Amino acid sequence: MKLKSLIAAASLAALGTAAMAEGPVKVGMITTLSGGGAGLGIDVRDGFMLAAKMAGNDNLSVVIEDDQRKPEIAVQLADKMIQSDKVDVLTGIIWSNLAMAVVPAATAQGKFYLSPNAGPSALAGKGCDKNYFNVAWQNDNLHEAAGGYANSAGFKNSFILAPNYPAGQDALTGYKRLYKGGLAGEVFTQLGQKDYASEIAQIRASGADSVFFFLPGGMGISFLKQYADSGLDLPVVGPAFSFDQGILQAVGDAAMGVKNTSQWNKDIDNAANAAFVTAFQAEYGRLPSLYASQGYDTANLLLSAMAKADVGDADAFRAALMAADFDSVRGDFKFSANHHPIQDIYVREVIKEGDVYTNKIIGTALEDHSNVYVDECKM
Amino acid sequence: MTTILFIEQVLNGLQFGVMLFLMAAGLTLVFGVMGLINLAHGSLYMVGAFAAAAVAGATGSFLLALIAALAAAAAAGALVELLIIRRLYARDHLDQVLATFALILIFSEGTRWLFGSFPLYLDIPDYLSGPVTLPGGIHYPLYRLALIAAGLAVAAGLFLLISRTRLGIQIRAGESDREMIAALGVDISKLYTIVFALGAALAGLAGALVGAIQSVQVGMGEPVLILAFVVIVIGGIGSIKGALIGALMVGLTSTLGSIAMPALFRMFMDNSAASATGSAVSSMLIYILMAAVLVWRPKGLFGGAV
Repeated sequence: MKLKSLIAAASLAALGTAAMAEGPVKVGMITTLSGGGAGLGIDVRDGFMLAAKMAGNDNLSVVIEDDQRKPEIAVQLADKMIQSDKVDVLTGIIWSNLAMAVVPAATAQGKFYLSPNAGPSALAGKGCDKNYFNVAWQNDNLHEAAGGYANSAGFKNSFILAPNYPAGQDALTGYKRLYKGGLAGEVFTQLGQKDYASEIAQIRASGADSVFFFLPGGMGISFLKQYADSGLDLPVVGPAFSFDQGILQAVGDAAMGVKNTSQWNKDIDNAANAAFVTAFQAEYGRLPSLYASQGYDTANLLLSAMAKADVGDADAFRAALMAADFDSVRGDFKFSANHHPIQDIYVREVIKEGDVYTNKIIGTALEDHSNVYVDECKM
Repeated sequence: MTTILFIEQVLNGLQFGVMLFLMAAGLTLVFGVMGLINLAHGSLYMVGAFAAAAVAGATGSFLLALIAALAAAAAAGALVELLIIRRLYARDHLDQVLATFALILIFSEGTRWLFGSFPLYLDIPDYLSGPVTLPGGIHYPLYRLALIAAGLAVAAGLFLLISRTRLGIQIRAGESDREMIAALGVDISKLYTIVFALGAALAGLAGALVGAIQSVQVGMGEPVLILAFVVIVIGGIGSIKGALIGALMVGLTSTLGSIAMPALFRMFMDNSAASATGSAVSSMLIYILMAAVLVWRPKGLFGGAV
């Protein structure tokens, strides 16, 4: 499917803020809008476009294309956007392997890339670039937070599992980085695996006191349903990716009470977040997910830089991005030296509000957390 | 590995195997009788799961959901056969692959258009949820035992259908000589539609049964489809018996391999590396099994007619 749309962020009511000294900025958004992973891309797109619409800035125009979760398509789209659409800024990629295929080439051509999701360690460390900014997190962050939470929850013997691919290996490394207890078992599953009976049997036999898992999307749904049905009742902790608003309804009761780590939740108490959650529900008729919040913050970061500098002056525009002078829905937000967020990461618990499964913050796992790759980055 | 863990894993392997059989049975029948490679078989699995999730959501009854899955998948199968597949029998396999691949895309985007991009909710009914204690103190989910029983019952029913009924005779005759049974006055196009719908219904049933413990989402059928092809190649194309034996072999190899291989590598590697390597090797095991069977019997275990 080829979704092709040129959406100008039209404004009906630009509230008072008169035109500032800024030039037009054209954004190319490459994200996943079809196939199994489409929910994430749609949320990022909707969050981004909501912020653009609320700002009502005529100088911002966005080209959106579907990468179908395929690296070769993402590369083609990036080439097309840079060469024929003449975009100034690229954004939108969900998956780390696609980001690795697109970002280095785009930044080498002098384009800015603002990541609303993927944060592979290679782009945070040796492969960092002055024109690459990650607005979401470095991939390890939420797993590190889960390890930190495990210590405070008193877990001594965790069974940990993740799919056997780079982000999965990073996840287990991230958990172990801060977790101080022992390991009852460490298992790599297959990417896309849907049946976890074998792993659940191993958890039961291992004598673990807790389970950490990183199984994004449908894998997490399958695991949680099967885990709940197995009669095991060890506490489970994981990153927010298996508990976002888009998939919780499909997990149902099996997710109730599970602790997960996230840099955002809809109950973070600040004005920007309240406005975002209300506007998102009004616009799209569903609760926002963390991916939507990341898309929204990405757009607002870009808008804040546009207000300060012209994108034609790359050094000034980069400095304006680095300042991160926008109201993040996460509250405090600033960039580390390698252009990744320094932010609080929270522990959430899955609850039910009426008929809707959602998350509630129950504590802070890590405060002002940066990433371990800062020193490897030489810009 | 303790005995309890081993028995539990054997049950898991059996359960995985019988579900693969439901997929592979339809695929092998369609290939055996019509000579058609149907890549869209995984989409019918998805149709079954989505129909079940929609009906379970509306009525709350798991039994009605299963019936809806069977009916929706059979109807989708019959419709596809009448409109598209029928024109492909005389074409070569490459044309069939191209057309049925197009069907995958149409089914996937059509389903996304109807149901949205987010996974649907389908859960185990209360009367089948939770674990039961088996002799020897093994805790095992009741639903998985029910899956094994359902799969074996369908297998038995299929054997009776093929070996004892008039339809079964026609199917077997169709496998060995298409022209001859047409010449004998059997309405071959009706037979093809029935066989295709039957295969589709089995795939839809598998989708609904498995959807309750996994996730119901667009694209869920394709990974299973690849395994189903492995099964029918191992079992011998066109053979129901081969599909059953092949499915159980693949199910047991895949499940036992995923714990045996990391344990094997742990003897001479550190824990993390052994997990990663063992997992990588175990995901290759079924393909190694397939290669080994093909070296030994190039037409599969029970192949020969094709």
